[in-house]
Amino acid sequence: MTYFIDRRPNAKHKSAVNRQRFLERYRKHIKRSVEEAVNRRSITDMERGEKVSIPAKDISEPVFQHGPGGARNIVSPGNKEFVAGDKIRRPSGQGGGGGAGEGGPSNQGEGVDEFAFTLSREEFLEFVFDGLELPHLQRKPLKSLEEVKMVRAGLSRDGVPSRISITRSMREAYARRIAMRAPIKRALKEAVEALEAEERKDTVLRNPTRIAELKAEIERLEKRIAGVPFIDTYDLRYHQLSAQPQPSNQAVMFCVMDVSGSMTQNHKDIAKRFFLLLYLFLEKHYEKVELVFVRHHTAAREVSEEEFFYSRETGGTIVSSALNLVNKIIEKRYPVGQWNLYVAQASDGDNWDDDSNICRDLLVKQLMPQLQYYAYVEITPHDHQSLWHEYESVVKEFPERFAMRQIVEAGDIYPVFRELFKRRLSQS
Amino acid sequence: MSATRKRKPIATGSDWNFSVLERFDAELARLADEYRLDTYPNQIEVITTEQMMDAYASVGMPVGYHHWSFGKQFLAVEQAYKRGQMGLAYELVINSDPCIAYLMEENTLMMQVLVMAHACYGHNSFFKGNYLFRTWTDASSIVDYLVFARKYIAKCEERHGVQAVEQLLDACHALQNYGVDRYKRPSPISAEEEAKRQEERESYLQTQVNMLWRTIPEAPISDSPLATGSPHADEDPLGLHSGGHYPSEPQENLLYFIEKNAPLLAPWQREIVRIVRKLAQYFYPQRQTQVMNEGWACFWHYTLMNRLYDDGNVDEGLMLEFLQSHAAVINQPAFDNPHFSGINPYALGFAIFMDIKRICDAPTDEDREWFPDIAGTPWRETLEFAMRNFKDESFIQQFLSPKVMRDHKLFLVVDDDQVETLEVAAIHNEQGYRQVREALATQYALSVREPNIQVVEAAIRGDRSLTLHHVQDSRRPLGRSVYPVIRHLQQLWGFPVHLVSLEEGRVTRRFHWPVEDETPAS
Repeated sequence: MTYFIDRRPNAKHKSAVNRQRFLERYRKHIKRSVEEAVNRRSITDMERGEKVSIPAKDISEPVFQHGPGGARNIVSPGNKEFVAGDKIRRPSGQGGGGGAGEGGPSNQGEGVDEFAFTLSREEFLEFVFDGLELPHLQRKPLKSLEEVKMVRAGLSRDGVPSRISITRSMREAYARRIAMRAPIKRALKEAVEALEAEERKDTVLRNPTRIAELKAEIERLEKRIAGVPFIDTYDLRYHQLSAQPQPSNQAVMFCVMDVSGSMTQNHKDIAKRFFLLLYLFLEKHYEKVELVFVRHHTAAREVSEEEFFYSRETGGTIVSSALNLVNKIIEKRYPVGQWNLYVAQASDGDNWDDDSNICRDLLVKQLMPQLQYYAYVEITPHDHQSLWHEYESVVKEFPERFAMRQIVEAGDIYPVFRELFKRRLSQS
Repeated sequence: MSATRKRKPIATGSDWNFSVLERFDAELARLADEYRLDTYPNQIEVITTEQMMDAYASVGMPVGYHHWSFGKQFLAVEQAYKRGQMGLAYELVINSDPCIAYLMEENTLMMQVLVMAHACYGHNSFFKGNYLFRTWTDASSIVDYLVFARKYIAKCEERHGVQAVEQLLDACHALQNYGVDRYKRPSPISAEEEAKRQEERESYLQTQVNMLWRTIPEAPISDSPLATGSPHADEDPLGLHSGGHYPSEPQENLLYFIEKNAPLLAPWQREIVRIVRKLAQYFYPQRQTQVMNEGWACFWHYTLMNRLYDDGNVDEGLMLEFLQSHAAVINQPAFDNPHFSGINPYALGFAIFMDIKRICDAPTDEDREWFPDIAGTPWRETLEFAMRNFKDESFIQQFLSPKVMRDHKLFLVVDDDQVETLEVAAIHNEQGYRQVREALATQYALSVREPNIQVVEAAIRGDRSLTLHHVQDSRRPLGRSVYPVIRHLQQLWGFPVHLVSLEEGRVTRRFHWPVEDETPAS
């Protein structure tokens, strides 16, 4: 007796839970590897998994075993020249001899002391963002949303031809045909019976006019039956769609960077990592994330990503120019009701002295009320200048949504990023 | 003969579909019937690569409880497979009734037929026939039991937390090789009954343990099960210490002992210990019949495939492909080959079974001398006898012939750490056959492969510590993993654990957990 079963359609990932358990258990080890990778890897590289190695001894499952030592007998195949009584030098590097094997050459020799495996991209990012949470990740309130999604909502009698429900239309047509034909059929049956009764009578008693009448009647009824239309516009049914409002699941992230002469490529690389981390982070929370790159020296411009990070300019710095531009772009393209707005700014802290308080006013009065979050990093080993101090007063007004930190070198980014977006406990 | 018969293959090429597989299966079933192979019904499941990796990670069990170690297994398999270091086994078969075998969808037609012959008729008949499987496992209930185990453990995780359950399972897994009864047949397990009895057992077990650990001293009762020692009236006038040893006999089933006697385990913890023990018991025969089981399956796939060919049901192309993969499976690299990784059980088992057949069909003088009982007997009956009544150790001892030893050029090396060099003690010649065979058989004895460790005393009237003896042989010490293992044991037992290595009655080493010197806290 044999049964064949095709299990291919069954669920895969049967081991998913066990896999998660393993990752959970060795969280510390894996996190260490992941953190190293974040600092080491170029961040454009972030979107792939990571090979993680854990010392094999840390994850071994111990059982009682024989250790090396003592006397043991080993039978092996492939004897060529040995005869009984031969003495063989112990294979070198195998003090005590034996182990579990034959003391012969090891088979592969690779990766015995390390347990290596690969984290998938999702798992990798999960570890990167472990414990971080975007503050104020509230969904925008429903009423302010114009975004709608069409969902099926039953049937209706009118609609566009592409939405015809064929089965339902045919069913209606069938019912209508039965209903329309029934009385005619009944009349026809009566006429046919009357005609037959008439014809069964003696030839003398027959009424020729009545027969002619009946025949005409039968013909007329048969025509009427044939005339019932197979399908009628009355039968058609259409799938109906209704519009349902959807919470906004899209975000836009403004990357604002100072590209004046004082910003070196090194500064920009650091800034880039910060932006990319934020981007990856947003991408995990929103279905759709748009990026807007705004660079500025004395004047601000919206540019492509390539230009943003890699072209050089010189000149002084006016930060408010960039903030103004951001504000304009929001007004023009990203209505607050539909988009979750984030701004990340990187700078070396230089600013035109008179400009800093303008920035402050701009932020407090115009930008901050619209934004979900504003993150500012200052990449400098030096003392803070006026911009930092002005921003500090913004923090006071929006402690929940405005964050600023200082970064000195690339390795600092991740901790700073974590700190900026650290889960805010018990704050809704 | 058949060579002249016109060849009408059931299918050609490497593609397969279900109707072709069914026709091949019908043909294989007919042949198996002709050879009087007694099998469970087959349940053949076609699965994807990923599902195979899943199956792999759970030792082939169709359902299993959750534990990180299976995840680790899965990651290891996945990594090796993705790097191309390892092909997945194209065959996985479960000792259950019906016998579940997996076919991977990527396999070629030849591979599918080969796997069916190997697993669904070879392994299947071995599971049904061999005495160890008949005695120790209950093929009809294993899947149900696994379902019970999974549900129970999931329930425990819900109630007591994943971590608590995980730690307990870690400890049990460390001891699972010592969770088997070697001499006593366990009662069959049935999921329904298990679930029904489980609650009763919980309360009953607990009362048992409570009895054992009663702290109020009792007057010694002569018919108490514990009363085996002789009272020393002088030192102990009240007879408080006269209960004697507990347990009265050394216990080799450590998990059983824990389940029944560990003072502090909660009922659900005892039940989990029991589950791990039951599953270890289920796998116990497999660990002892590797050579036989694989040898038997190889013998039958070889025989059946050749019959398919002789009967004209497969073409030359498929047969050549088969011979190539068969040769790879039973390949035995020599000890000095870089690919050598011990004796290949497929090769050794296949060689022995083929040789038994040869001894039956065309015995030489040597065979008549070595195997007077089987030389010239009908091969099918002899093979069946060999399959049914042995395990690796006794099978090799009984049936490894001089010819197989010569073919494999087996030789015996003695590795004694007190001697400067290794010594070749015996080779495949007249003087050496018996010694080589003896040594190879011993090499497959579980009692030699695994250290012999038994519970000798639970200090029920003292500090409640647990003492185990490791009976050492040939001065082979315990490996370094001993500390983590006794730590696990201590977690289960709840009180200090002492492990004493003894060789010929002399203590060679002591292990303690918690490590002595430290005053036991709590």
